[in-house]
Amino acid sequence: MEYNFNFAAVWRDFDLLMAGLGLGLILAVVSIAIGCLIGLLAAFGMLSRNRILRFASTAYVSAIRNTPILVLILFTFFALPQLGIRFGKIESFIITLSVYSGAYLTEVFRAGLIALPSGIREAGLSIGLTEFRTKLYLIVPVMFRNVLPSLSNNFISLFKDTSLAAAIAVPELTFYARKINVETFRVIETWLVASLLYVVACYIIAAILRRVETRLANPG
Amino acid sequence: MSAPVLEITNLHKRFGDLEVLKGIDLTMHKGDVVSLIGSSGSGKTTLLRCVNLLEQYEDGVVSISGEQIGYTIKNGKRILLPEKQIARQRAMTGMAFQHFNLFPHMTAIRNVMLGLVKTRGMDKDQAHSTAEQWLQRVGMHERRNHFPGQLSGGQQQRVAIARAIAMNPQLMLFDEVTSALDPELVNEVLSVVRDLANDGMTMLLVTHEMQFAHDVSSKIIFMQDGTIGEEGPPEQLFRHPKSERLAEFLKSSKF
Repeated sequence: MEYNFNFAAVWRDFDLLMAGLGLGLILAVVSIAIGCLIGLLAAFGMLSRNRILRFASTAYVSAIRNTPILVLILFTFFALPQLGIRFGKIESFIITLSVYSGAYLTEVFRAGLIALPSGIREAGLSIGLTEFRTKLYLIVPVMFRNVLPSLSNNFISLFKDTSLAAAIAVPELTFYARKINVETFRVIETWLVASLLYVVACYIIAAILRRVETRLANPG
Repeated sequence: MSAPVLEITNLHKRFGDLEVLKGIDLTMHKGDVVSLIGSSGSGKTTLLRCVNLLEQYEDGVVSISGEQIGYTIKNGKRILLPEKQIARQRAMTGMAFQHFNLFPHMTAIRNVMLGLVKTRGMDKDQAHSTAEQWLQRVGMHERRNHFPGQLSGGQQQRVAIARAIAMNPQLMLFDEVTSALDPELVNEVLSVVRDLANDGMTMLLVTHEMQFAHDVSSKIIFMQDGTIGEEGPPEQLFRHPKSERLAEFLKSSKF
């Protein structure tokens, strides 16, 4: 079998691919930021003495983690409007990805909170901080530093999940790759370049996050 | 005469079915140094933790300078105070823990500053200079910008003591502050505590260092099964124990 590679068609629209990559990154960053907030609240909910909070958090995590993300994306974008809840496609995708990552981060944070020595909380209380301030200044920052490696993992996986936004025509990398593919029929070239862009981007993100982890890790 | 710094009457505390404190009475005046000794499980640490309400208790009254801690009586019923009030009351005492419990993400000086800024409402500069003073006092000024993970156990404990004492508490609680230390690090911490005692700080200690307790205390309390087995001046308690149990305990502590 002989195949003549011809990347010209892909290079012509390379700026589109890069723009798509950029949007994917933005989607991932915004979603993980919101997801962290949701995950933190749900993690405290899971560890709360209040049964209702515990139940609500557990139900949220089980419901989301046991649904394929593509189904969640389609549900938010196509089904919710039927109920009168309407978002633009980018907003819709960010909401889905935030809620989705929040469920996974709940478990990450819950594990992080359980692993913290109880002495930190007691020391905070003993200098006159309230429970809330103890969480704010001590528990959350220390836990956060401890779970940074898992957080990095989640972020990279989330970034790759942004490719699914193509399903609702959010113009990110996969969306443009598909467009170029249909317009040029350079199937191999298009998907090869798209794949490589993901690999390189993830590699760079991982390297940056490793540096951040080292800088922020609880010293000593 | 002013109200005692600490007044405990008829304190009862249970963990489930187990009653660990069975009616403790204790009064401390300004400058008193009281050491709680006794075998593990006798209730020493629990008693200490009831004073700043790290443990809630079922019955009895703890007052600091005349103010009842943690609870109030409403319509004849005893109810827990709102959290903000409890937080304020906790800051009337300072506590040093067996495992130091420094905040691992903050440098030594920021550990000391946190309470000063957030609880005492000092501005950053004022808190910084107060923290520096106290770190100087415990010999940790040079390492003020180190993180806890970069300090030895003894150094961490000295920072932890500075953190508590910088808050200017009316009463210091020391919970086995040398028990987690390597033997060669015990003295640097004890000498800090001794200095504070000499300065007239009112202190309640749980300790296994009998010689130290003997030297610094104005009063020794021997705890036994959740009660006060024996109490008195160190000389009397250590030299002339009345009960068999205390004599036995002192012998096993190699005093």
